Amino acid sequence: MRLYAAVAAGGFRRHSTYRVATAAGIFTNTVFGFVLAFTFIALWDERPNLGGYDKPEALAFVWIGQALLATCGLMGGGGFAEELIERIKTGDIAIDLYRPADLQLWWLAADLGRAAFELVGRGIVPMAVGAFAFDLALPDAAWQWPAFLGSVALGVVVGFAIWFLVALSAFWLMDGAGVVQIAWLCGLFFSGMLLPLTVFPGALGDVARVLPWASMLQVPADVFLGKYTGWGLLKAYGFQAGWAVVLLAAGRGLQLVARRRVVVQGG
Amino acid sequence: MDFIELEDVRKVFDVRKKKGFLRRERHEVRAVDGISFTVPRGEMVGYIGPNGAGKSTTIKMLTGILTPSGGRVRVAGIDPSRERTRLAHRIGVVFGQRTTLWWDLPLIDSYKLAHRMYRIPDARFRANLDRCVELLDLAELLAVPVRQLSLGQRMRGDIAAALLHDPEVLYLDEPTIGLDVVSKAKVREFLRDLNTSAGTTILLTTHDLQDIEQLCKRVMVIDHGRLMYDGALAGLHEIGESERTLVVDLERELPPLDVPGARVRRVEGPRQWLAFPASASAAPLVTEIASAYPLVDLSVREPDIEAVIAKMYADRAELG
Repeated sequence: MRLYAAVAAGGFRRHSTYRVATAAGIFTNTVFGFVLAFTFIALWDERPNLGGYDKPEALAFVWIGQALLATCGLMGGGGFAEELIERIKTGDIAIDLYRPADLQLWWLAADLGRAAFELVGRGIVPMAVGAFAFDLALPDAAWQWPAFLGSVALGVVVGFAIWFLVALSAFWLMDGAGVVQIAWLCGLFFSGMLLPLTVFPGALGDVARVLPWASMLQVPADVFLGKYTGWGLLKAYGFQAGWAVVLLAAGRGLQLVARRRVVVQGG
Repeated sequence: MDFIELEDVRKVFDVRKKKGFLRRERHEVRAVDGISFTVPRGEMVGYIGPNGAGKSTTIKMLTGILTPSGGRVRVAGIDPSRERTRLAHRIGVVFGQRTTLWWDLPLIDSYKLAHRMYRIPDARFRANLDRCVELLDLAELLAVPVRQLSLGQRMRGDIAAALLHDPEVLYLDEPTIGLDVVSKAKVREFLRDLNTSAGTTILLTTHDLQDIEQLCKRVMVIDHGRLMYDGALAGLHEIGESERTLVVDLERELPPLDVPGARVRRVEGPRQWLAFPASASAAPLVTEIASAYPLVDLSVREPDIEAVIAKMYADRAELG
């Protein structure tokens, strides 16, 4: 365990060295937040209480989305999936494979470190700017903050598990770009990034709300907004943890097959 | 007991080639095609061959990241692909063209990670790190992010990372590739010392034949997945029928010299090049020339192994 703690710490420190990228990320998230916020204002002026949110709640949803965009890998694997694909393509994965460590746990640890940094480095500022510029719904009770963080942590693991599967596909496809794009679109749409999933009508909404991507933004945002309490909160956690377990297990299976069957590229 | 044992080891890859819109043609690539050898503990062996000969595939099977399609591999009595993790604690690997180091973080961070990863006892870790830092000249580099290191510095850093857990065997895949002369010399000196003082078994894959000449008594040559030669470096010359060259400077221009046991290959003013078998001694030739001709200076040039191996490949190609 100490090894993976060290890997996670390394992931955190590593991303903290990309200062310019972090600054650019904060800027992008903030601009994107403003664009979405004004869109949502227009929408909620027309249709108050859309999806069960009032306007301050809808605006909070926008800025939580911006804060979690990098953390949960809502649009791209936060760099880790792209990096893993690159390592598979160039054959550098050989280095990861001969280490006396588990490939999936290693990358999960590194990604948790990364996510922790992104939450602090790229999450807090856009959220603060949003709260300053707009009237946001904030948690009434102090316990909602740690409850929110717990849900974010589970969301990060689900995000990792999805992107890990996407990345491993490069062992077979050699060019993961297509799968990355599909995953990117799914993440954007089914996480609730563009519109809260509660807004989607009928079957589409029902399906969207039970897909794994819902764990990455919709659920944490609802926890933040106090939509879940008591049993409801536990059930929400259970939903996220369930997807995390299923997807991590799938990743593990794929990793086993990849290890056995696949060529490590390059001499 | 032999530390590394390979018995009729094979690795076949299925390669699919695109043929037309939806059709794909499958064919087999025999990267390693029935290789057998053993390496006793404490030996330093050179493993050479052209690109695509199967060198790296062999190393990958020895580390356990590739499973052989056939045959038997044992390293320290362990089957690498079955017990990869257990074996990993006992081996070190340096891939010259790849790095195990943490690209964006200071060099020391990668070593601290190795400390945890290999569960090295603290005192051991300290001692090994100190020794590597001293011998590989790393003191100034520990705080520098890896991406800022030069290639030679990074290579030294990688070698240290592979040795902190006292591996019993070290696989080096092109450890001097792209290095300048000074860096190459440093790396070679370190490896020689590691082999003699710590008794580490070393398998060295390289394109640079000087690595082999300076480090290894034994050399294995592989091509098309088969072992073509396994023995002393000197024997390679005999097989390749290589010749040494005696370069003779005379007082004045003369017609080609007539010396038994040698033939003149080239004449350029007062300088002549005489070829003689690599296995023969130069001394009688020198005596002969000095007594019969006005000799000013001379030097002996050793044969180029590269040429020897090229000849070996060419012979084989003709046969095959």
